Amino acid sequence: MADDLVKALVDLEEKEVLRIVEQRLSAGENPLMILDESRYAMEIVGKRFEAGEYFIPELVYSGEILREITEMVKPRLTEAAQVKRLGKFVIGTVAGDIHDIGKNIVAFMLDVNGFEVYDLGIDVPAQKFVETIEETRAEIVGLSGFLTLAFDSMKETVGAITAAGLRDKVKIMIGGGQIDDEVRKYAGADAYRPDAMAAVSLAKEWVGGK
Amino acid sequence: MEKSPEELYSERTKRVEDAIQLKVPDRVPVLLHFAFFPASYAGITCAEAMYDYDKMRMAWVKTLTDFQPDMCENPFTMRLLGPVLEALDFKQLRWPGHGVGPMSTYQFVEGEYMKAEEYDAFLSDLSDYMVRTYWPRIFGALEPFKMLSPLHELISYYMGITNLAALDTPEVTSAFESLLKAAVEARRMLAGALAYAEEMKRLGFPSQFGALAQAPFDIIADFFRGTRGAMLDMYRNPDKLIEATEKMLPIMLHIGVSGAKRTGIPRVFIPLHKGDDSFMSPEQFKTFYWPGLRALMLGLIDEGLTPCPLFEGNYTSRLEIIADIPKGKACYAFESTDLFKAKEVLGDHVCIRGNVPLSLLCTRTPDEVKYYCKRLIDVVGRGGGYIMDAGAGIDDAKAENVHAMIDFTKEYGIYR
Repeated sequence: MADDLVKALVDLEEKEVLRIVEQRLSAGENPLMILDESRYAMEIVGKRFEAGEYFIPELVYSGEILREITEMVKPRLTEAAQVKRLGKFVIGTVAGDIHDIGKNIVAFMLDVNGFEVYDLGIDVPAQKFVETIEETRAEIVGLSGFLTLAFDSMKETVGAITAAGLRDKVKIMIGGGQIDDEVRKYAGADAYRPDAMAAVSLAKEWVGGK
Repeated sequence: MEKSPEELYSERTKRVEDAIQLKVPDRVPVLLHFAFFPASYAGITCAEAMYDYDKMRMAWVKTLTDFQPDMCENPFTMRLLGPVLEALDFKQLRWPGHGVGPMSTYQFVEGEYMKAEEYDAFLSDLSDYMVRTYWPRIFGALEPFKMLSPLHELISYYMGITNLAALDTPEVTSAFESLLKAAVEARRMLAGALAYAEEMKRLGFPSQFGALAQAPFDIIADFFRGTRGAMLDMYRNPDKLIEATEKMLPIMLHIGVSGAKRTGIPRVFIPLHKGDDSFMSPEQFKTFYWPGLRALMLGLIDEGLTPCPLFEGNYTSRLEIIADIPKGKACYAFESTDLFKAKEVLGDHVCIRGNVPLSLLCTRTPDEVKYYCKRLIDVVGRGGGYIMDAGAGIDDAKAENVHAMIDFTKEYGIYR
C-alpha cells in the first residue's frame, strides 16, 4: 500500500494521491507515515528533475499535491512531525529585487530534502541576512536575484556577512536569472548553482562535509 | 566626408535588414536593449526617467549619440510609465518611488490575477471579464468597476438601460475620473513617443522595432494565471489553458500588425518569458508554447513583417523545434542559449542576435568583453546573419564595457 502513495505522487496522479490519503486516514493510519512517504516521493521527484525527466512545472505541481496532503493530514496529527534535519539554510532574494519564482522553488526543494529553511522573502537587506545567520546559526546562505542590480546587492550581502565576522561560519551559494560564475567571483560567494536540485545537492555536500 | 543623417539612416537600416535576410552586410550590426542604463549613464534616477519627459529624453539622446549603436529604441512607451500607472494605481508593477528604490528598474509583481475557475468567463466574454474582474484587480483606481453589471446586457432602449444606474455612485465616478486622468497621461506619452521617433530620424537612427507582441502562452502565464497557475493548469486544466492561448493569438497578431503599420517599422519585438529549457519540458513546449508563438510569427510574416523574438533564458535544447520558421524572415535574439550551437542549427535559416552576458558587462573589463565579442563575430558572425547584442537589457552594465562591445564590433566585425 505504501508503494501506491509514493508511486502516485511521483507520477503526479493528483486524484489518486488524494484518494489514497483519504482512505488511509479513515483506516486510522498514523498520519506521520503518510508524510514520511510523501517526503520520500518528493525526493524521487527531485531526482527525476536532476535527470532531466521533470521540469519546473512538475516541481510546482508535486509541491501543490504535497500541500494538499499536508492539509488533509494536519487535523489528525497528535504529535509534531519529528524530521531529522540535515542543516539550516537561510535563503532570500537580495535587496532591491522582488523576483521569487526561482527562490521559492529552491526553498521548497531544500525543505522537502531535509533542510530547515529560513526564507526571508524578497528585497532582503544585507543586515537581515546577517541577523538571521546570527540567530539561527545556519550553516548555509542562499542569495537569489534576477536583475543585474542583484550583482551588487549580492556583493554587499557577502560583504556584510564578512564584516559581521560570520564569513568563515557559513557557505554562500547564489543563483537566479543573470547569475553565473562571473557573478559568483564578483560577489565573493562560494558557489553558483543553476537550478533547485543542483542547490540541494551542493547543500547536502556542504553539510555532509562538516 | 561625414555622412548625413539620411545616409546613416538608410545605411543602418540596410545593415540590419541584410543580416535578417541572411545576406552578408558591410559589417556585423550592433544593437542593444538599453533598458534603464541611460538613466544612470546620464546622471538621472530611474524615477526621473519614468516621470520627467525632458530628463528622460536628454538621457536617452545622450546615450544614443555617445554610443552610436545601429538602431534605437523608443523609451517613452516602455519607460515613461510613471504618470499613467500612478493615475491607475497599477498593481502589477513596482517602480522607482512605488515599492522599489529610485535607482531600481521597475519590476513585475508575480501573481494569480485570474483564478483557475474563471477560465470560462475569460473564454466566453473576454472584454466583460477584463473590465469587471481583471481590471479591478490590476488597477486599484478601477476597483469600483467590479460593481458594474455585465457589459453585454446593455443592448437597446429598454434592454439593460437601468444597468447604467450602477455608474452613478461616488466610487464608480471616481474610477472614471482616474481613467480620464490616465487617458491624458497616455496621450502625453504617445505625443512624447512620436516626437522622439522624429528626433531619432533626424539623428539618423532607425527604430529597432515598430511594435511589440507577446507569445500567447506568456500573456496567460505573465498577466492572468501567473507562472505557478499556468504550470498547474498544464496538469489540471490543459484544454482551457490551450483555449486561452488560442484566444490571445488574434489579439497579439492585431497588436503587432497594427503597431507596425502605424509606425512604418516592420520589425515586431516579441520578448519571451516562460518557454525556456527549465520552465517546461520539450513536450510541454510543443503542446502549450510553440504552437501559439509560431502562429503569431507566421501571421506577422504573412503581413510582410519581421518577428523578432527575444528568447529569454536558455533554449539550447529546443533549437530544432524553433527552427521551423520560413527562411530569412525572422530575427532570433538569445539570452543564455549556446550561440555556437544556435549557429549550427539555425544559421542558414534565421538571423541570430545576442548574447554577451550581463555578468561580463557588469563586472569585468573591456578587454574581456572584446575577447567574448571576437569569438561571437568569428563563429556566429561567419557568413552574415548575425547581430551583436547583449544577452538582455543592459541596466547596470559598465559604460566602458558597452563602448568596448559596440566599438570593437564596428572595427572587427567588418566583412571583407
